This record gives sequence, structure tokens and C-alpha cells, in this order.
Amino acid sequence: MTEHAEDIKKHVRTYIMVFVALLALTIITVAVSTLHLSTPAAVTVALIIATIKGSLVASYFMHLISEKKLIYAVLLLTIVFFIGLMLLPLSSFSDKIVIQ
Amino acid sequence: MEIPFTIAPRSDTGLFNAKLGIWLFLASEVMLFGALFSSYVLLRVGAEHWPHGWEELNIPLATLNTVVLISSSVTMVMSWAALKMNDFKKYRMYMGLTILCAFIFLVVKAFEYGHKFEIGHLPSFSTFFAIYFTLTGLHGLHVIGGIVVNSYLWGPGSKMWTSQPERFTNRVEIAGLYWHFVDLVWIFLFPVLYLL
Repeated sequence: MTEHAEDIKKHVRTYIMVFVALLALTIITVAVSTLHLSTPAAVTVALIIATIKGSLVASYFMHLISEKKLIYAVLLLTIVFFIGLMLLPLSSFSDKIVIQ
Repeated sequence: MEIPFTIAPRSDTGLFNAKLGIWLFLASEVMLFGALFSSYVLLRVGAEHWPHGWEELNIPLATLNTVVLISSSVTMVMSWAALKMNDFKKYRMYMGLTILCAFIFLVVKAFEYGHKFEIGHLPSFSTFFAIYFTLTGLHGLHVIGGIVVNSYLWGPGSKMWTSQPERFTNRVEIAGLYWHFVDLVWIFLFPVLYLL
């Protein structure tokens, strides 16, 4: 336990600010969805907002903003494989099989 | 024999063991959900017709659930902060609220599922509902898992606070990391399934 009670109190204020930001972003993403944008635009906006929200949770609630190096190394590796997974569907474009 | 490095950090990793353990577990969870998200993309791109989430699903209920889950993440981190400030009573309250939010989430989800079943929108109804039930179902199981762990730490497991307060605080932090991850998954599930 390296942190003192004073530091924790500062943390608590940050948590509440993050909470408000998350609520605001939730409202924004729902509001944007009612505009019924074209699919590519809607996907872009929704994913950008979700990524911001996700980063806030990971950075502040999960304390990633100040973690040890080894955790970052583990996450870097995870991100590389995760991107690999997300790119996998692209390989379906090179697949010339036509389903009758 | 005492388990080493439950409180003190190991000199080589700079972490207490459970911290590294939970992050490795979460890394595997990222791959589990990532594989399903990737499948979602493949199914959607390959489909001749794909319904908009807002045509098929209940946005207000899902928005409510998003708020409930975000709130539970905040109360979870507050329960840990309360222990850091030596306030066990506050910990009990915040952890209790976290568990309550998790139950509210499941009840709302049950209403959603119930309505879908009533109108015959089962997983076999369409590819959209197949992946919808797979993703939200797996996420729901994670919520149930979180309830089990958090309830233990709220109830019988909290006895450790009197004997080993630092170790107990670390346990709550680890449970919190898992719980925030469950929240994080929902943050992506919500727009992908409901809003697009």
C-alpha cells in the first residue's frame, strides 16, 4: 500500500468525473443513432465513442494510466493478437468460392 | 505454507502475483470476446440482409442497462477506495450497490430475452439473433460470475479484512479489474448490437 488516504480522495474525484463523462458519451451515442446515418458513418461514430468510453474505463477504473511495465507488455501482445482477429474477416474477400 | 506475494510485489515483475494473474486471464478473455466480435463482422458482411439493431431490439432498456453497468463499475472502484481509506462500512455499502446493479442488469436483460422469446425471436430465427444471443448470453454469464465473486467478498470473504486487511484490499482490486472488464465488453456490445 503505497498510496495515502489523500491520494485516494483525489482518485475518488477522478472516478466521479469519469462517471459523468461515461454517462454523457452514452447519451451522445444513443442520440447519434437516432439520426440514422449511413452505415459506414454510423459505424465510425459509434466505434469512436465506444473506444473513448472503453479507454476511460481501462485508464481510470482499471488504473492502466499508472501500471507496471509487465502489464503493458501483456496488453501490447493482446492488442497485436486482437487486431489479427479483427482482420481475419478480410481474408473472406480473397475467397473466390461462390455459394450457389 | 503461506502463499507468497499476495501483498508484497515480486522483485522481478513489480506486481503482487494476483495482479499479473488477472491481467493474463483478461488477455484470454479479450481473445474470447474478440473471436466472437470477429465472427459478428464476418456474418454481417457476408449477409444479404442485416437488420438495424434499433429495428429489432429495445434501445431504451439497453440504454438503461448501460447506465446501470457503468454505475456498478463506479461503485466497485469506490468500494476498493473505501478499503484504502480504512472505511469497511463504506466498502460494504458500495460493494452491496455493485451487486444490486448487477442484479438489476440481469433482470432487465431477462425482460428483454422474455419478450424476444414471446414473439418467436429465438437464436434460430435469424443470423442476427443467433449472434445477438451468443454475445449477450456469454456476457450475461460473466455478469453472473461477477455476482458470485463480489457476493463472496461482500459476505463470508470479508472476514479477511480483520485478519489480513491488505490482502483483502488486493482481492477486491482484482475482482474489480474483472468487473470493469465486464463493463468494458458491454460498452462495445451495446453500440454494435443495438445502435448499428
